[in-house]
Amino acid sequence: MKFKTQKIAYWFFLSALGLLALQIIYGFIMGFAHMGMDGLHDFIPFNTARAVHTNLLVFWLLLGFMGSAYYIIPEESQNELYSPKLAYIQLISFLAVGVTAIIAYHFNWWEGRKFLEIPRPLDYLVVVNVLAFLFNILMTLFKGKKQTTTALVLTMGLLFAALLYLPGMIWFDSQTLDSFYRWYVVHLWVEGVWELIMGGILAFLLIKITGVDREVIEKWLYVIVGLTFLSGILGTGHHYYYIGAPSYWLWIGGIFSALEPLAFLAMALFALNMYRKGEKKHPNKAALNWTLGAAITSFVGAGLLGAAHTLPNVNLYTHGTLVTAMHGHMAFWGAYAMIVLAIIAYAMPNLTGRKLYDNNLSRYAFWLSNVGMLGMTVAFGVAGVAQVYMERILGVDFMETQKEIEPHFLVLILCATGFTTGVTLYIINFFNHGKPTDEALVSE
Amino acid sequence: MLTKSQAKLFFLAGTIIFSVLFLGLSYDTHVNHVANQPYEKTITPAVIAGKHLWEGNNCMGCHTIFGEGAYYAPELTKVIERRGEGYVKGLLMSPTPWGEHTSGRKMVAYGFSEEDAQYLVEYFKWIGTVDLNGFPAKPKYKIEKNN
Ligand code: HEM
Ligand code: HEM
Ligand SMILES: [Fe+2]
Repeated sequence: MKFKTQKIAYWFFLSALGLLALQIIYGFIMGFAHMGMDGLHDFIPFNTARAVHTNLLVFWLLLGFMGSAYYIIPEESQNELYSPKLAYIQLISFLAVGVTAIIAYHFNWWEGRKFLEIPRPLDYLVVVNVLAFLFNILMTLFKGKKQTTTALVLTMGLLFAALLYLPGMIWFDSQTLDSFYRWYVVHLWVEGVWELIMGGILAFLLIKITGVDREVIEKWLYVIVGLTFLSGILGTGHHYYYIGAPSYWLWIGGIFSALEPLAFLAMALFALNMYRKGEKKHPNKAALNWTLGAAITSFVGAGLLGAAHTLPNVNLYTHGTLVTAMHGHMAFWGAYAMIVLAIIAYAMPNLTGRKLYDNNLSRYAFWLSNVGMLGMTVAFGVAGVAQVYMERILGVDFMETQKEIEPHFLVLILCATGFTTGVTLYIINFFNHGKPTDEALVSE
Repeated sequence: MLTKSQAKLFFLAGTIIFSVLFLGLSYDTHVNHVANQPYEKTITPAVIAGKHLWEGNNCMGCHTIFGEGAYYAPELTKVIERRGEGYVKGLLMSPTPWGEHTSGRKMVAYGFSEEDAQYLVEYFKWIGTVDLNGFPAKPKYKIEKNN
């Protein structure tokens, strides 16, 4: 690392990995419940497990993004972080709000709107917290020697993500409008501004790992995020087909969301090409695997599996089935989980000075988690397609259908076990690096 | 060959144009379309009370409504049409977990008061009147179970 304050990133990464582990536990609870084994029902009913699982996901990814910013922005702007103290306060308070929300879900305190379950009073705390974070990052950026494209795109993504949180906090009496504006948050995050964050982190990693000229990488970064907004903004329409919005969304949403995979395809081709072009081969193989892996898996999970059910005539049958869960898992994993794991894998040796660049542990972590996730995706997919045919086409009752597809959840749990083993190895490898230290400072 | 400043222009122009288009379409959807639907004028206080109960208990954490939510329990957009009011009220007021003896999956035993159960029923009835562009589709076939 080049600046002392980059060490703060470590604590964000550590917290993120802790919450990932907890997220997975709640995933298992739901997997078993889907198999008909709902033994924890009295303490952790399905809706609690689900809210915890998905909120922890968003929470640890946000922590990962913040940690990435605390690592990347000082290095890109060649300046120590504006206020390390504020960063620590912000981390602790963010964790406190998150943990409070998670506990609240066990006591029926929430706002039951998918992905935005955080009770309203806590929403305000999240907003204050994120403002503090953005203030710190923006001050660092503007006081810095340089404002690189990579840093700007990353910061813009974080800033827009904060702004887009607000429409999700408005109450509507009409379920249609409620849902309409909820997608301003959920869709415009994952298929919009979060792609800027991902693109920014990806560009940073490619510059460091491949040694390709910054100007070339940043040019393509603009093209990628341009494609993202060109398709993804009106692509929001793929959530407006069947909620009571006007029918013009059927074709607007259909056309533009069908273009969304282009941004992910561009990201994959970009990463692979830069890797081939690169003269300097950075010895950190683990970081390279996760970086290229994120670019490719996001194209498959978000791009291809998203496109598979995005046209209105297909979505009419798959809307709100396990097909959606199939796509949701691989998309979140490939795009956002993997890019966070990539930056952690890159940053850890630099923060601690322990160069665990290419060991067995990190290789098994990578392959087991990815093959496990692929298997989980297939299990959800088979269950989902079977559900669509039985329930939506043949008219079998919902619960009868669910009974028939229970075996696929056994497969899900087996693959999830492989996945979890991979993640566990990743976390062990993380701890093997030890703590960040000023002795790891290098001047370059 | 594309230069960096051309790429930047592409990004900025695309972002601005499509954001403006999206906001315009949102305005049209909200103000010209949704707000003018006949059923938007029938959102009674009971329906709103039902929506508060729906959210306050995170029913969407197991069920879907308009196809949005979780995939653990049935889609409820047309539930009154499918089951009738009495059945729905009964399960909402049930003191023991619904489904316990039939499916292995349990619904939380909310044991709602008669009044709250009625609010939720009013909410579902309202939901059932919204024009959803054909969702949920009527299944093509009707299958009988062999015993
Ligand atoms: C990294 C990017 C993406 C992530 C993390 C993601 C994640 C998700 C999640 C979690 C859902 C479920 C949302 C809900 O029902 O509340 C969803 C739904 C959906 N996604 Fe994505 N997605 C991504 C990209 C895409 C792309 C690029 C497309 C299209 C090409 C797409 C198409 C869809 C469609 C059509 C649905 C609605 C499914 C339904 O009707 O139930 N997604 N996505
Ligand atoms: C041990 C691993 C995991 C298991 C067994 C598991 C299982 C599940 C189950 C059963 C659901 C609920 C589906 C329903 O509503 O019926 C779910 C939802 C979800 N999980 Fe996981 N999960 C695991 C790991 C993950 C990971 C690592 C991610 C992200 C990278 C993730 C992201 C999600 C998302 C986004 C949803 C909501 C999907 C939707 O609404 O369409 N899960 N998970
Ligand atoms: Fe979407």
